[in-house]
Amino acid sequence: MTEAAQVILKMEGISKAFPGVQALDAVDLTLKRGEILCLVGENGAGKSTLMKVLTGVDSLDQGKILLEGKEIHPRSPQHAQTLGISTVYQEINLCMNLSVAENILLGREPHKAGRIDWKTMNKQAEETLKRLLGVEIDVSKSLDSYTVAIQQMVAIARALYMTSTKILILDEPTSSLDVNETNQLFTVMRKLKGEGVGIIFITHFIGQIFEISDRTTVLRNGKLVGTYDTASLTRVDLISKMIGRSLAELDEMTKIKSETRKHIDKGTLLQAEKLGLTDSIRPFDLTLHSGEVVGLAGLLGSGRTETAYVLFGVEKPDSGSMFFQGKQVKDFSPLDSIKRGVALCPEDRKGAGIIDDLTVRENIVLAMQASRGWFNYLSLSEQYEMAEKYIKLLNIATPSADQLVKNLSGGNQQKVILARWLATGPQLLILDEPTRGIDVGTKAEIQKLVLVLADEGKSCLFISSELDEVLRTSHRVVVLREREKVAEYSGEVDEKTIIHAFAGSES
Amino acid sequence: MKKPTKPSFSWRRITESRLFFPLLAFFLILLFDFIFIPGFFNIENQDGNLRGSLIDIFRNGSTVMLLALGMTLVIATGGVDLSVGAVMAIAASTAGILMNPSALRNEVFFVTDPLFTFQPLWLVIIAALVIAMLCGMWNGFLVAYMRIQPMVATLILMIAGRGIAQLITNGLRVQITYKPYWFIGQGWMIVPFSLYIVAVVFGLSWLMTRKTSIGMFIESVGINFRSSFFSGINEKRIKLLVYIFCALCAGIAGLVASSNIKTSDSNNIGLYTELDAILAVVIGGTAMSGGRFSLLASMIGALVMQAITQTMYAVGVPAFALQAIKSLVVIVVILLYSRQVRGFIQWIGNPKKSAYK
Repeated sequence: MTEAAQVILKMEGISKAFPGVQALDAVDLTLKRGEILCLVGENGAGKSTLMKVLTGVDSLDQGKILLEGKEIHPRSPQHAQTLGISTVYQEINLCMNLSVAENILLGREPHKAGRIDWKTMNKQAEETLKRLLGVEIDVSKSLDSYTVAIQQMVAIARALYMTSTKILILDEPTSSLDVNETNQLFTVMRKLKGEGVGIIFITHFIGQIFEISDRTTVLRNGKLVGTYDTASLTRVDLISKMIGRSLAELDEMTKIKSETRKHIDKGTLLQAEKLGLTDSIRPFDLTLHSGEVVGLAGLLGSGRTETAYVLFGVEKPDSGSMFFQGKQVKDFSPLDSIKRGVALCPEDRKGAGIIDDLTVRENIVLAMQASRGWFNYLSLSEQYEMAEKYIKLLNIATPSADQLVKNLSGGNQQKVILARWLATGPQLLILDEPTRGIDVGTKAEIQKLVLVLADEGKSCLFISSELDEVLRTSHRVVVLREREKVAEYSGEVDEKTIIHAFAGSES
Repeated sequence: MKKPTKPSFSWRRITESRLFFPLLAFFLILLFDFIFIPGFFNIENQDGNLRGSLIDIFRNGSTVMLLALGMTLVIATGGVDLSVGAVMAIAASTAGILMNPSALRNEVFFVTDPLFTFQPLWLVIIAALVIAMLCGMWNGFLVAYMRIQPMVATLILMIAGRGIAQLITNGLRVQITYKPYWFIGQGWMIVPFSLYIVAVVFGLSWLMTRKTSIGMFIESVGINFRSSFFSGINEKRIKLLVYIFCALCAGIAGLVASSNIKTSDSNNIGLYTELDAILAVVIGGTAMSGGRFSLLASMIGALVMQAITQTMYAVGVPAFALQAIKSLVVIVVILLYSRQVRGFIQWIGNPKKSAYK
């Protein structure tokens, strides 16, 4: 009886089909009061669809949703919210130019004599943040003056303030947060948990699952794999449940890495001397050899992306000099870099990577065509040939080369961008967070690809906020802190040393 | 080589085609004409040349068709060009003054010789078009390099352009008496000569956008200019190019229009045509936010605009009410683009499979 009373949400036999896809096939899920449940799976496993069904975005084909024992039929996110189910999305749906207080109380501002009572409003917002989340900030400042983590807290505060929330869904809230910010969020999650809120937490970070969750529900291809007590799982167990195959591949990577090491050319490909840009990245020295993978590690805001921008010519450095294949580089622009044989796969996939309304084929040939100019046009059949080649090589899941890129999943969009850059035949490939927000299987494929490219004599600068990934792929690791290069290690360095370098403390 | 497979005939495929809605609108208007206006479809053969109301739609629509070609590319990059009407006037004034410079001497001088021109025809045309392209370069410079909002940037020339046109002709309306020039807008070779001009400009712009990488770059810049920049596309140069091309089209349209009325009337040539051109592009289904475009669909959009005008005249709507009626029809056409209505039309074709709710 007590066990049953603990259960706050029960989803039974949920099925949902989209044209051509069985997105969910008889999935069960239970959530208890004061519990953090991780929902994990590869892209396309059905996590988002399951949450959309729960919050009323999509209707379900079959199955039942029981909230505290009563069947509910959420019609819309608003309706779900009145039932006590709130969602905080990865992209923050708040008004950046309004104050924190306005964002929290939007639509239910306290009034006095027909006008908004600002004083009471700020006080209420302040109290809400403090009481619910233990966060103390100036609520009259506009939301965009705060970090993404704080913005996320405000989103949570808004969700909690609106109703007496029983269930809070956090859809990849940590993907744009750094370590400190993530810890801040976790503190808040633990506090809510203590107050009896059931939390469903969706994440791609394996480490976070073990850090925060009580139980873990694994989905694969729209089917339930199982629900486990997180403490009883090992990382390897979990990952193999998610991808449904052994981790031999990941082990294989270490082997490839040590083999490719032999091929590292002594030849210098790129050399930066005191290269820097005011207010962006302090002058740094960097040498890249052919056939080498260099990892660039650092916390969010440490200058990783800025370093990539300067090397690729998105921004023109204002100090120091750069040599590529022995020649001094004078022209800094993406086009000049492409012509030199440098490629940058940017961190911001939606904003600076894909062109969503173009087809897979057009996205793949774009950069190469740009380097060929306006009139040296690849014929359509050559374009198709090239697109088909990379679709096959990188295993891009698309019905055809004519599919619009926006219809592909995140991991496949990433592969399309990789294909775009591989098509330019680069000597140096700069990958800025190439595995962010994509599933474990694709991650492994991309890491492997990086090593294969190095084996072919290409050089690769690998930027990632996931330390184990950097260590697994890199022959050398460069650490940045506060927009400055602070250390350089060989690939055998252990995680601890690097974390100390992040923090700026001696080990 | 693997070609994209062409699925068999289906209602869904037809309704998803870019040309479906502009064509549907065009045929609905023609259907209206067929029912309510006797003789609308009569085509007479005069000395081997075809004449009739239907032909007139094409002939009178040629200026808007020309403008729509240039406007399509500008809109595809996410911009808009409000100055095309003014550029038409500038080109017309340049042509007029080069053929008959008497206005500059402040004298009204009637040339009686229909074969007299001050400068040869080829020079007149080239000079007018070069001036038009300079106007486009100005627009492109402001938009691409100065980063001014396209609407504001081209508004400058929209307002100033008519003044410039008046300056060129010294404030006079220049009569065009040189007969060979009349042929541009009024000539007939089985079908009106202006249609050949439209065909050539269409052909060139099709080649430019589909047989070079320019078309792909235009769409790419219009969809996401930051991604385009990261991919090595020189977004500024693409924008400069489309504004120059748009002004070139406007210049050609200006020549056709002035030839039609045998006058370089800088006050009235091309007045409000920028709006017709923009509407033609919108009816053709190119989004104002930029991205995918279809030149052919824009041309049909221009014909829709002209067919509306022609029909209203034919049924006796007074000229002052024309704009109001036109806007009503435009609203209907634009509604056809809404997702709800599209879904409904697909649902008509196949009530079971369609996702319409």
